[in-house]
Amino acid sequence: MECVKEKVRKFLEQYIRNKDFEDDDNIFKLGLIGSLFAMQLIMFIEKEFNIKVENDDLDLDNFSSLNAINEFINKKISK
Amino acid sequence: MKGLIKMDLTEQQFEYDKEFKLFTKNVIEKYAENNDKEERMNPELLKEMIKRKYLGAMISRDYGGLDFDSITIGLLNYEAGGGCSSVRSLLTVHGMCALGIQRWGTNEQKEYWLPKLAAGEKIGAFALTEPNVGSNAKGVETIAIEKNDYYILNGEKKWITMSQIADVFIIIAKLEDKPTAFIVEKNTEGLTVEPIKGIMSFRASMIGKIHLNNCKIPKGNLLCKEGLGISHVGLSCLDYGRYMVAWGSVGLGQACVDLSIKYAKERKQFGTYIMKNQLIQKMITEMSVDVKAAKHLCIYAGHLKQKGDPESIVETWVAKYYSSKMVNRVAGRALQVFGANGISDEYPIARYFRDAKINEIIEGSSQMNEIMIAHSMFRSN
Repeated sequence: MECVKEKVRKFLEQYIRNKDFEDDDNIFKLGLIGSLFAMQLIMFIEKEFNIKVENDDLDLDNFSSLNAINEFINKKISK
Repeated sequence: MKGLIKMDLTEQQFEYDKEFKLFTKNVIEKYAENNDKEERMNPELLKEMIKRKYLGAMISRDYGGLDFDSITIGLLNYEAGGGCSSVRSLLTVHGMCALGIQRWGTNEQKEYWLPKLAAGEKIGAFALTEPNVGSNAKGVETIAIEKNDYYILNGEKKWITMSQIADVFIIIAKLEDKPTAFIVEKNTEGLTVEPIKGIMSFRASMIGKIHLNNCKIPKGNLLCKEGLGISHVGLSCLDYGRYMVAWGSVGLGQACVDLSIKYAKERKQFGTYIMKNQLIQKMITEMSVDVKAAKHLCIYAGHLKQKGDPESIVETWVAKYYSSKMVNRVAGRALQVFGANGISDEYPIARYFRDAKINEIIEGSSQMNEIMIAHSMFRSN
């Protein structure tokens, strides 16, 4: 079974194409994502992991890198 | 619904569509022509919509709404759009306000506003654009300043649909230079609405300017979080709005096709009905195929929306782009089928033709659509 991190990487790779990125790279600073990305990422997380991203979760630190997103999702799932 | 099969819609969605179609025929169409002439939404029509709970169509049942799925809400806008574009625009902006609060509001905001919006006790609207700000949403010049327990808002919003009758707005203003969303009540001191008259399209959409002069907004009326007024609140509200414009355009296009076919069967020239004329047949073919194609793009976007699929955002752009361009082609051909009769007020074709155009401008112009869609295509290929 695919782990959370693998699923998130696959999703991110659809949006950050033709560029390798490390698990800790700040995806917003890579400059390759469009203005729709923030909402698309939230929709992906909610749909794929059946969790609700609340207003209090909307801290850039939760979404800045693959590792951060992975940690955020795992924290939400375990709640 | 014409042109769709059971694969596209459920039995229940077909049933709802029948209901919306009947409501459009019996109620909306009765008021549409005068709405347009008088440049106002007839209050009786509004009452009828409230009675059927259509203003709560997009709101969760937890708050007294009908909680329609994405396709059903699309069908409501499709049928309404075929009857009166201004009615469709009311459903759209009220829904943008309600869904903005439902998605991003605190529990207090949701519990206070959503039952009122669902019941139609309060009308909602969405205020982003300004005299100097259209497509460049992040450039809003309305300013919010934090002061004690309030935010003080100053600025001007323009082209705000239903602002003349709305009771509550989602207003986007810059707070410390970051676009932020606020829930602002109409009766706030310093807020005035100036109607805009003499517009070409959607003449009953009660459009206006909102002047904000030192408006004190309680801290609890900030929506979502500081700085997320465009990227989160605005984007999700406009995504909904775009989806409804797409459906409304298809409904308007279908109305053009239906009337043109009826007219071509009744109008005689050269001793026979003009439906026998192959150049008329060509136009009818182009119109109906165009409408069908747009309808399927809307259905596709709706299915993705229902699943919460991230690609639904781009597919909604695609549906809106195609549908809004389509309705202009179709309305132009309908006018051609009608000839001189089409420009008179004996038929609604002239109104349809005028209303078609605005769909290419609102909720992202066709040119902005082209940029967004192209970026998405480059990304995915």
